[in-house]
Amino acid sequence: MGLTSYLRSKLVSAELDNQIDRIRKPIGTLGYDPWGFNNDGMKVGFSLARQLYEKYFRVETTGIDKIPAEGPVLIVANHSGQLPIDGILIGYALAARQNKPRIPRAMIERFFPTVPYLGNLLNEFGAVLGDPTNCAKMLANGEAVIVFPEGVRGSGKLYRDRYQLKRFGNGFMHLAMKYNAAIVPVGVVGCEETIPAIANIKPLARMLGIPYAPVALPVVFPAKVHLNIGDPMHFDNREIPEEQVTERVEHVKAAISELIDKGLSERKRLF
Amino acid sequence: MTDLKQKQSRPHILITGAAGALTQQVINRLRDHCDIVAVDFREQVYLGDSIPSYCIDFNQRSFEDLFRRYKFDGVIHMGRIMSSQLTRMRRYNANVLGTQKLLDLSHKYGIKRVVVLSTFHVYGAVAYNPALIDEEAPLKSAGLSADLIDSVELENLANIYLWRYPDLNITVLRPCNIVGPGVRNSISTLLGSERTPVLAGFSPMMQFIHIDDMADAVVLAYNKTQRGIFNVAPEDWVAYQHALKLCGCKTFPIPSIPPLVPKVLLDTLKLRSFPSYLMAFFKYPVVIDGRAFAREFGFQPRRPLKEIFRYYRDNKKPV
Repeated sequence: MGLTSYLRSKLVSAELDNQIDRIRKPIGTLGYDPWGFNNDGMKVGFSLARQLYEKYFRVETTGIDKIPAEGPVLIVANHSGQLPIDGILIGYALAARQNKPRIPRAMIERFFPTVPYLGNLLNEFGAVLGDPTNCAKMLANGEAVIVFPEGVRGSGKLYRDRYQLKRFGNGFMHLAMKYNAAIVPVGVVGCEETIPAIANIKPLARMLGIPYAPVALPVVFPAKVHLNIGDPMHFDNREIPEEQVTERVEHVKAAISELIDKGLSERKRLF
Repeated sequence: MTDLKQKQSRPHILITGAAGALTQQVINRLRDHCDIVAVDFREQVYLGDSIPSYCIDFNQRSFEDLFRRYKFDGVIHMGRIMSSQLTRMRRYNANVLGTQKLLDLSHKYGIKRVVVLSTFHVYGAVAYNPALIDEEAPLKSAGLSADLIDSVELENLANIYLWRYPDLNITVLRPCNIVGPGVRNSISTLLGSERTPVLAGFSPMMQFIHIDDMADAVVLAYNKTQRGIFNVAPEDWVAYQHALKLCGCKTFPIPSIPPLVPKVLLDTLKLRSFPSYLMAFFKYPVVIDGRAFAREFGFQPRRPLKEIFRYYRDNKKPV
């Protein structure tokens, strides 16, 4: 709490205070929501993310206004770079857009709630334990949710596998269909180069109870990041066999792949 | 004649857990238009001349005499012994075997309405809990600690009787943290302390309901014959350490990793309000969804969190 108050006084301007307060959020009388989002904590997170977004990764975002201004939305992106930097940057892009900003929620690995300080901090900034029930309840609340269907398969992949999409789970599609949520595909280019890993020490990861233990330099490189946002996709809620759900998922995956290729072709340099 | 008729139409209610502050609030709300008999497992409580009050073990044969004598219409079972009280064996006898006896007698004597007060602790605090837990969620508490088994078993019994004897019209209430004047549970003691333990780096989301609102909820539940299991919680949330700050508590952090360290420390310290078997509840959130109860029974809590915490800030040693 003390640290948050200090950071808040140093980082949050009156203008930003107003800007965040104006965004509609389903919170209680003390500024919290059921998942631990905190309006004041979010302001600190927003300020820190701005530094990362504008100064460190110098993000170029195309098509942020394609994300619907209201109603349930699943923002589906490729996952990479060992740490959830991609989620932070997408979240910031949507929260900072000029036209009808939204504060999206990001689904995070199940490992984070067990980490002291970090787990609560991520929750305060809007991150939520990646559980289907959480996602369903948030979509029912009409929120925008960032999901990475590759999960740890994506974030933990090695540098040699960069920009190769791993298997997508079908869970997000079932939720989108059930809650009539638009799916907005996002291609993230640049995060693969932030923490390039050459190997994963699986026994060490098992011992520490973490998803993966990458062999990488202990530094986050300031790679230039491109976020390409695609057109919203809608899928009806017909009773269909799992095979057809997978086809729909592949359709989304193909859209993301195209957006990644677009980002890679637009990218002029790594840093 | 009219007086006699009115007297005959007054429902007879057996209320257990008479020594508890919440039970007494419920009794005060019902006593004007119901004939109440109060019982408690632990002590005899004077509740006025009009309310017979007994200290009785539900497992004793004489307990049945109350059913014969008073011809109850309904039972409100609020006499669950909290996990911080008595020994594990005595709690099992009271909470599990005692409840079974109570429900058996309720069935035998044709009781038409039973309300059972349970707790959100039955869901268990685990790292992978989603927020807004529904009533259908599995009860993981028994896997966390043997000290919480009796609370889960009490619920299981109530559930079995709910389906086996629909005429009992059993409603089970699972409230979030009940706090406020007179409440003597662990969380109320913590909020009322000058210095309160926390697990370093963990501040789970919590829900609090004021004792007056909870008493209203129990009365609403009793008055509408709607079987089932319902969470009871306001739609407002706060992080544990933020709540302590608003209550004017100074915190002292207990090392939280590796998990064995806080367990050994708490087992050694033996703090009544911060026992090791409740440790997980101060680490991981158990946020329940109370919307089904609010919808079904028209419940709307009236005391905001700020008012609740102001009470603890102004009364550092609550009664």
